[in-house]
Amino acid sequence: MLEISVIGLGLVLMLADLFVPAERRRYIGYAAILALGVLLVTSLSGNGSCGQFGTAFGGMFVNDALSLFFKQLFIVAAILVLFMAAEFADKLAEGSVAEYYSLILFALAGMLFAASANDFTMLFVSIELITITFYVLVSFQRSKLASLEAGVKYLILGALSSSFMVFGIALIWGTTGELNFTKLAAVAPQFADSRIFLLGVLLVLVGLGFKIAAFPFQIWAPDVYQGAPTPTTAFLAIGSKAAGFVLLLRVLFTAVPSVTAHWANLLIVISAITILYGNLCAIPQRNLKRLLGYSSIAHAGYLLLGIAALSASGQAALLYYLGGYVFTVMAAFFVITLVMRHLATEDISGLAGLNQRSPLLAATLTIAMVSLAGIPPLAGFFGKFLLLKAVVEAAKATHNLGYICLVFTALAGVVISLYYYFGVIRAIYWSKSSEDLSPIELSAPAKLSIWICLAGIFWLGLFPNTVLNLANAAAAVLK
Amino acid sequence: MSILTYIAGWPLLAALALVVVPRNYRVIIRAIAVLATLISAVLAVKMFAQFVPGANGFQFEQQIPWVESLGISYHVGVDGLNVGLILMGAIVAFAAALCSWEIQTREKEFYILLLVMTGGILGAFASLDLFFFYFLHELALVPTFIMIGVWGRGEKKNYATFQITLYLSIGALIALIGLIALYLQSGANTFDIPKIIEHAKTNPLAVNAQNFIFPLLLFGFGILVSLWPFHSWAPLGYGVAPSPTAMLHAGVLKKFGLYGLIRIALPLLPQAAQSWAHFLALLCVGNILYVGWVAMRQKDLNLLIGNSSVAHMGFIFLGIASLNLIGITGAVLIMIAHGFLAALTFALSGYIYKQTGTLQISELGGLCRKLPFIGTALLMAAMAGCGLPGFANFVGEATVFFGAWKIFPTITIIALWGALVIGGIYMTRAIRNILHGPLPEKWNSLSDANFWRKLPYALLLASLLVFGFCPKLLTEKINPDAQKIVALATGNMVTANAPSTLAVNFVAQNK
Repeated sequence: MLEISVIGLGLVLMLADLFVPAERRRYIGYAAILALGVLLVTSLSGNGSCGQFGTAFGGMFVNDALSLFFKQLFIVAAILVLFMAAEFADKLAEGSVAEYYSLILFALAGMLFAASANDFTMLFVSIELITITFYVLVSFQRSKLASLEAGVKYLILGALSSSFMVFGIALIWGTTGELNFTKLAAVAPQFADSRIFLLGVLLVLVGLGFKIAAFPFQIWAPDVYQGAPTPTTAFLAIGSKAAGFVLLLRVLFTAVPSVTAHWANLLIVISAITILYGNLCAIPQRNLKRLLGYSSIAHAGYLLLGIAALSASGQAALLYYLGGYVFTVMAAFFVITLVMRHLATEDISGLAGLNQRSPLLAATLTIAMVSLAGIPPLAGFFGKFLLLKAVVEAAKATHNLGYICLVFTALAGVVISLYYYFGVIRAIYWSKSSEDLSPIELSAPAKLSIWICLAGIFWLGLFPNTVLNLANAAAAVLK
Repeated sequence: MSILTYIAGWPLLAALALVVVPRNYRVIIRAIAVLATLISAVLAVKMFAQFVPGANGFQFEQQIPWVESLGISYHVGVDGLNVGLILMGAIVAFAAALCSWEIQTREKEFYILLLVMTGGILGAFASLDLFFFYFLHELALVPTFIMIGVWGRGEKKNYATFQITLYLSIGALIALIGLIALYLQSGANTFDIPKIIEHAKTNPLAVNAQNFIFPLLLFGFGILVSLWPFHSWAPLGYGVAPSPTAMLHAGVLKKFGLYGLIRIALPLLPQAAQSWAHFLALLCVGNILYVGWVAMRQKDLNLLIGNSSVAHMGFIFLGIASLNLIGITGAVLIMIAHGFLAALTFALSGYIYKQTGTLQISELGGLCRKLPFIGTALLMAAMAGCGLPGFANFVGEATVFFGAWKIFPTITIIALWGALVIGGIYMTRAIRNILHGPLPEKWNSLSDANFWRKLPYALLLASLLVFGFCPKLLTEKINPDAQKIVALATGNMVTANAPSTLAVNFVAQNK
């Protein structure tokens, strides 16, 4: 099975740590990338275990088009993060990079489990596997105060949200006696009036809302994004968020669809506030990672549009958007890793003169920002287009005025975001040039991964057909 | 491959090519940009010449499926409504590339953006698919912001960039929502415009849905076209924009919203269009009278031209609001004529700015002595702007007034007054203060344009005169297709011999 291979790979890396001399350990990462590449290809070709759809472990574990979509997404993200970690190796404690790689793989295993979770036990275990690994990943730069502070913040708030979630699960089990999503869906309508049951569902959503950094559980995001090592931040922004979304989709549309149908307004409000909060708070930020932290809150809001629409096209739009988001955010964090590794802070002014120091990195960051802002012909535009279309469709189908307000809130968010994304681009090309104009050396693997990200951004923007069909197939599972 | 794909494709391809050209090869960068736009312009002329007026359906069509599950396809084609616009766009783009010698910093980026903008606009006009229609417009719009923000002039640059970005992004997004709502409401499950129109003939959209979507399109597109009272970005933006950008935006890109209203809103939302027409006509008065008034008070040449260009949009809106054959034909005519005119005036003001470093009318004077060619061209442009017969603008404006007279007599009178009196006042006053009178000593060193720099101005002037003297070239193409739009928008068929058609021919033959 895919998950076992990934965990095995993580263990092998830890063992390799013992035998490989410290100065060569960053190359272990490339072996891991190769192994993940093989897993990705087998999963794509449909020969691997996740190509066979069905359930396992008494229905706890499910393999379907949705889990396949997310597993591929997680593996792609992990490959890019490993590339990034290899570049980041010299900022980590001496020789500890192999440990860092294996933690990334353990987090990946948690995400793969999350993609297949069909039971609240499985949901909780996978979430904990991801979160606990991230506690370590966030505070990995032990000598750096900010990293430790971020780790402690993440730990406290993460533990709090986990306890909410486990309480919620207990309430659900206590009222219905079911933990399996499919079985729960059958009995949930009987408990539609049970306040304890509804409270249980709500508390589970609180836990997941923390994962995806939706309002009002977004407080941790900017601090943790800023303090964590950059590859961790990137993986947090993609992997952890996507894992939150796949579980959210499963819980809302497989486990308790009867409850979800009544909660459209709640989802609309959360989505709207998340969009506005993320975008408005991003405006004054000067630290690039913090800015991306707020921008990731805003994007959680956009992604929630797809859930709030309560339709298959909304879910497909969400999946498509996540697909584009992977490449875009990875590209942005890659540039941050490479440019800022020798700087004390990650201030936007550190980007000054980047287009003279490295035209490729300057262009990459520009394209990433433009794609995040949702401008054609890049991935972000088509994703936002699909999301807006899904919400307008919902407005038409339900005549709920809330959806129309939501559309205009999303538009306002897009317009606001232009301001700070263009601010970054302006800092690259048109700020007063800095003293440091030394060219930035790029290693071959770094170049390769940047080209992968760029190709992904353009591919999803210009040829959406393949991924959209996959997303449609995945969304069909939820009905 | 359709010739339209080449017209829009060459500039985009050239933009890609420029990415790999090293930045110190300035001559090569410029040559590639000029050559690509020249090819586009030549192909557009060829297409215009080969176009068969009144043929059924679209010509030079090409369709490639893009996203089957949503019914999006790359579909281009021309009929009488957009054939002239594409010709105008390609010629203006060539002129803008020629005028870009005034850009002397970061040329590589400028030409890349200019070419992307050109390809985007031409593609948007050729597009018959709602998605690509919007997509390509947005592709052209974003370079505008960057060009104004980076190569703009004057101390108001940042404020103007901020305002134009804000207004136009909001406008474009509102229009996007309108287009998505239209797609969903039509029930045709395709983004293909001809198919949606065909589908709507048998299943018209519900009236309350129309009344929801039409304002979205009207105001979304209206903001893009500087419809009063959403016009304040325009004079400010054009005032600071580098002249090639102002030429392309004011001349070509701005017409996108008007074209969208005619191509999409009128035939698909007929009832809503009829009920909103009166309101639109009232807003036109704001454009023509209020903005015309503002233009009279301007002390800066670029602000004056910018305001005057906003005022001219009022005539086009009036033509659209009249919802009859003559009005729509006139609206399309002005769109084309104004494209050439706006490009010409911004190019000329750019030349004067480059020479003198100021556009304050009070500091200029007597320039005709030092700049005979530029001065004459500016004089002719000003005359075209206040509607002198012989220029294409007169044909369009006269046609619009004929069309609007029957429906909005009061507004037409006001508009006529605005066009002839207000336009005449500010244009002639600007001419007197800039070109005539004593020449301040500091301008003794000015030099007139050499042959190559005269070329774009001559080209634009010639286009204005050709279509001014021979408007039949355009009207015979616009007429049959405008008739289809009017038939869909008003619900009754206008026969070929209706008095309205005769009036258009009358106007056409008397120029």
